[in-house]
Amino acid sequence: MDFSILIGGAAGQGLDTSAQILEFILKRCGYNVFTYRDYMSRVRGGHNFTQIRFSDEEINSFTEKVDIVLALNEETILLHKDRVKEGGVVICDEDICHDDRVLSFPFREIIKKIKNQKVYNTIGLGVILKYFNIPMDIAEGVIKKLFKQRAFEDNLLALKEGYNLIDGKYELKLKEDRKIIINGNKALALGAIAAGCKFYCGYPMTPSTSILSYLSSISNEMGIMVDQVEDEIAALNMALGASYAGVRSMTGSSGGGFALMVEALSFAGIVEIPAVVVDAQRSGPATGLSTRTEQGDLRFVIHAGHGEFPRMVMALRNPEDAFYQTARAFNIADKYQIPVIILTDLYLADYTKTIEPFDFSKIKVERHISDGRNINGEYKRYEITDSGISPRLIPGKIPGQVVLADSHEHDEYGHITEDPDIRTKMSIKRMKKLELLKDEIQEPWLIGEEKPKILIVCWGSTYGAVKEAVERLMKEGYSIGALVFGDIWPFPTKRLMELAKTADKIVDIEQNLTGQLDSLIKEETPYSSDYKILKFNGRPFSGEEIYMRLKNEVLKLKV
Amino acid sequence: MSCEYKLYEPSWCPGCGNYMIRTALKMALEELKIEPHEVVLVSGIGQAAKMPHYIKVNGFNGLHGRAIPPAIGIKLANKDLKVIVESGDGDSYGEGGNHFIHAIRRNIDIAHFVHDNQIYGLTKGQASPTTAIGQRTTLQFDGVKVEPIKPLALALTMGAGFVARGFSGDIPHLVYLMKEAIKYKGYALVDILQPCVVWNKVNTFSWYKNRVYHLPDDYDYTNKEEAMKKALEFDDRIPIGILYKEEKETYEDKFDFIKNGPPLVDRGLNPMDAERLMEEFK
Repeated sequence: MDFSILIGGAAGQGLDTSAQILEFILKRCGYNVFTYRDYMSRVRGGHNFTQIRFSDEEINSFTEKVDIVLALNEETILLHKDRVKEGGVVICDEDICHDDRVLSFPFREIIKKIKNQKVYNTIGLGVILKYFNIPMDIAEGVIKKLFKQRAFEDNLLALKEGYNLIDGKYELKLKEDRKIIINGNKALALGAIAAGCKFYCGYPMTPSTSILSYLSSISNEMGIMVDQVEDEIAALNMALGASYAGVRSMTGSSGGGFALMVEALSFAGIVEIPAVVVDAQRSGPATGLSTRTEQGDLRFVIHAGHGEFPRMVMALRNPEDAFYQTARAFNIADKYQIPVIILTDLYLADYTKTIEPFDFSKIKVERHISDGRNINGEYKRYEITDSGISPRLIPGKIPGQVVLADSHEHDEYGHITEDPDIRTKMSIKRMKKLELLKDEIQEPWLIGEEKPKILIVCWGSTYGAVKEAVERLMKEGYSIGALVFGDIWPFPTKRLMELAKTADKIVDIEQNLTGQLDSLIKEETPYSSDYKILKFNGRPFSGEEIYMRLKNEVLKLKV
Repeated sequence: MSCEYKLYEPSWCPGCGNYMIRTALKMALEELKIEPHEVVLVSGIGQAAKMPHYIKVNGFNGLHGRAIPPAIGIKLANKDLKVIVESGDGDSYGEGGNHFIHAIRRNIDIAHFVHDNQIYGLTKGQASPTTAIGQRTTLQFDGVKVEPIKPLALALTMGAGFVARGFSGDIPHLVYLMKEAIKYKGYALVDILQPCVVWNKVNTFSWYKNRVYHLPDDYDYTNKEEAMKKALEFDDRIPIGILYKEEKETYEDKFDFIKNGPPLVDRGLNPMDAERLMEEFK
């Protein structure tokens, strides 16, 4: 079984809350849930919708077709009626529409009884619950979790009212629920906290804001300093200050804010202070489509910053990755004393998915900080070593020793110098760390066949949709597989080089106009893609869409 | 351990006001008996901003205009450190103007010493945000056409709790101001007038010397209106001293988890502590 429910309306109509109620209920019924959110850059009005898909099998994408539409306004019906499957239904208030295309009910009349306009959508949710014969006690548990007192009572009442409006159509079998449901940004934030991040600062910018607000909500409880700064220039400089003083720190923004951090990124490179920086990409250039997704910043973050310095870039592929890789980013930043950039995007930041609970015992905190015992004489912050990594002291911890961090070219003590030999040595010392990093990076995930004839290359959040498409095509007997890059700079080439040798065709799938991963592959390997499936209209790929495009454009089958 | 601060050979021009400011800083820190490892000197870029290289102390020599944000990060990460921002007028009021405003809003416990020579030294003589209107420079050939910033008045209107002005040519007085600023719990601004012997031919040592005067002993630094008058007095006579002082809760003390407990840097990092956060998502 595999169902999709779409809730559509205007901004300000409470879509998020309704979706949250429904996805928690479905999760607690023991199903896998995947919720995709499509919203406009406005506070009221416009058209927003949320699609909640649930299944007894693993799901990694939203669907193009839906089973149920809960329409909170007429526009939703007009925009989405063609997406309703044969046998599917549109549910709405009879004031919105009452012809035979829809199942309409007197929501407004019911609201007059409850006297709380805010629970209007919940009546519709009650209808949906009954449609699937979901027991009311599970729903009540969720309402209790999400709401307090009056809101709890009114929502429960609304659910019950909705529940009584129809007869059940489908008998949903209840299963054990052991999962959590979470979006990419919150998973990322949890990964940071698990890694011991004690300082996060940022300026609100979609789609990075929920990292800032989630961390702020647990700031006191977890003892993590969260600061809303005056601009993103301050953000990275402040994070570097905190890191210099010895705490793990992170900042995040979207591409526009990241652009303001670029000078400080270069500074992090020469000053050799660890930093974790998140770029939650959205459609650019400039303001672009502020609430739409894109993978347009890959080349930007790899090259951002004046001068030459080492950095690591990792792209997040799903909420699990967001948790574990973010925690790993802190260890790498500390070990090499470099900036580590985490690339995510609006799609992954916002979609929620049921997953196995995170295993916090797997998170290892490796600080690589010197206790000063092996330091003889005056401390050299930038001591030239074989590895290029200098022992790191925390200022204030060792009487008699001071720590001098400097943005100029400097000598081993951190003092300004223009000496050509020192300059050469220091440049090489820093860049040596990039060579070490090459042994640190992880090869891309391979999904599908082990030696595929059709080899897909992709990165980051397209993982879910690509996985769904590849698995469908494999079942149909095609020799297909995909490499999904997570670590992406320095660029891991081993697995790609191996598989490219035996593949007939390399297909690049990205959410951008120019095929930025493909250009990287061209630069770093003798290979490049034979075909590109690119999408840059701000909307994410679904599994179905990739499946169809592969069939039509690559396999040349008309379906 | 010793509270003596070692000095390094600077690359400042002979006669530069920075020498006197460094002497005052050394004296202030030594008299306060703060050890070098307990202080962080944070600076941006410019001649004044080279200070962390010329006195042995923890130093964070960052980017132009960006001295304040890392200073805030350092203080929040380790509240036990004495954090001093030392930078020029261009760095503090020009490139870093936004951070200056927001540092005052936060009232974090840092001392901010601005070497104000009313000119750009390192980049060779262009107007700074405090250069007088009409003054000819190496860039503003026919005179500066924009109003100078009035840093002390700006700080007062933003609600700063410690606003002072010093003069590099009056070291004992400057030592006093620096000590008071370092001891003050909150954001403390000391705008330090200093000559640039090479690039500013208007605001010379004697120009300042002839104008500065100590605020009288009976001056009431809790009177904000009076402080505002003194902050705007910058012509034939220029008052130096603590113009305004007020007790205020610091930013870091507004967070219970920072106030009550060891500095963040000294707290343990156990991933399992965060496991309970998953309840929300179950």
